[in-house]
Amino acid sequence: MTVDQTTFRRALLDPEAQRPEGLGDGQGRDAGRRFDVYRNNVTVSLSEALETAFPTVAKLVGAQNFKRLAATFLRQHLPSSPLMMFYGDDMPTFLEAFEPTATIGYLPDIARLDLALRHSYHAADAQPFDPATLQAIPPEQLMASTVTLAPATRLIRSKWPVHAIWAFNTVPGAPKPTMAAQDTLILRADLDPEPHLLPAGGGAFTDALLNGQTFGAAIEAATTEDATFDLSTMLALLIVNNALTDLKD
Amino acid sequence: MFDENPKRIDSLPNTPGVGYKPQHFSDITNDPGVVGWLEIHAENYMGDGGRPLAQLRHLAEAFAISAHGVGLSIGGETRLDPDHLARLKHLNDWLKPASFSEHLAWSTHGAEFLNDLLPLPYTDATLSRVADHIDALQETIGRKMLLENPSSYLAFTESTMSETDFLREIARRTGCGLLLDVNNVFVSATNLGTDPIAYIEDFPLEQVGEIHLGGHDEEEDDHGAPLLIDSHGRAIADPVWTLYDYVIAKGGARPTLIEWDNDVPDWPTLEAEAQRAHVILAKAPA
Repeated sequence: MTVDQTTFRRALLDPEAQRPEGLGDGQGRDAGRRFDVYRNNVTVSLSEALETAFPTVAKLVGAQNFKRLAATFLRQHLPSSPLMMFYGDDMPTFLEAFEPTATIGYLPDIARLDLALRHSYHAADAQPFDPATLQAIPPEQLMASTVTLAPATRLIRSKWPVHAIWAFNTVPGAPKPTMAAQDTLILRADLDPEPHLLPAGGGAFTDALLNGQTFGAAIEAATTEDATFDLSTMLALLIVNNALTDLKD
Repeated sequence: MFDENPKRIDSLPNTPGVGYKPQHFSDITNDPGVVGWLEIHAENYMGDGGRPLAQLRHLAEAFAISAHGVGLSIGGETRLDPDHLARLKHLNDWLKPASFSEHLAWSTHGAEFLNDLLPLPYTDATLSRVADHIDALQETIGRKMLLENPSSYLAFTESTMSETDFLREIARRTGCGLLLDVNNVFVSATNLGTDPIAYIEDFPLEQVGEIHLGGHDEEEDDHGAPLLIDSHGRAIADPVWTLYDYVIAKGGARPTLIEWDNDVPDWPTLEAEAQRAHVILAKAPA
């Protein structure tokens, strides 16, 4: 009796499936529930990895509900690589269709924020350029230049108050969220990623920069979205967090 | 941006080491006690940057590092994932660890990674496959690896050879060394009703480049027989220490890792386990 890995794998993730034949206890008896050690290892280790990866989602739904949610997710979306720190890229879209949490409309965007924080944590290091450069070059040339943001930069644009919800569940003493659309920019000044609430127009501005548009086009996108866009506040945030890493004419 | 030729220690000392956990970074850098080297899970250091790599670069200047892979699926039926082989090569190239090891197990099926060390039967067919995979890995990373014996919860009726014969033949065919996990020996022997001392007697100790010691949990199977689970979540059990003492007395001192991956304790608790290994290593035959 040969137990191939396809048979083994099928029985691993389906608790209703028959355990494979050809497995014993080493003393002549059938392996029985010894096989369930592997079933348990796989589901528990993946569920724990998801809980680590999505702390804000877990906090919002509660530990027991998160375990149920994770059990469903992991059967539909097994990891596609051994890099477990990146497991769960499919969680936001999974949550958009997950009936039991459908009433928590902001949950998919919170999952995007948790995911982005994790990717930011592991992103490449980069050195900022001297911000004085921005003043040193002629304005026309600056407007036609492209500014590269640090690889750890992540933008979450949401119709929900995602930054406030994250803070309320993470930062002691943070105020209760009130309904508002919020754009959140994750920046990593050194080694710790931090979500920053963007000012009006800031989402459009950073979105344009992240998509390789020129400095001038980014300002235009920002002021089109919100006429009160304040470039100096926006730049100060990026400079303080070492997020400006390259400037190309 | 970083030193092209960083300072490295190129072999593991015959002292206790610990599985590195970021929460112990300052304890280790301030006063490592008897801990002479560190082991990392290779896959946790395959991001592009940030704190994990910054800490590892720092630690590798002061400690010998053992890179321990947990995701290559050497026992898998399909060919090794070329992307993962490339990542392992990259890690070995820049980190230049004192040792690289992986498991006699499979964890990938098709495009899916199952995040557990799954068992395989010991037959001529699996022997050839595992040997081919180890050849491929050693060729890719340009160095000899150590292969670790698994924890077994069940046995395949199709197996035609013992685990020790299987491992000895793998080492002979591929030139790889072996990593002897003494807790796994005890767990498997208890679970399968065999004698752990007989396993050690059969084991090619001269091939052992590293030893692992970890904690296990105790459960029962359908018949009320003890079923030990390799959990790495508690102190090493007394009978495992006794077996370790036997291994060292027979085979001599080896780099010995304290593995504690879940419910990770504070540094003094972990260092106390290392102390216990230190005492046994100190009386090893020369």
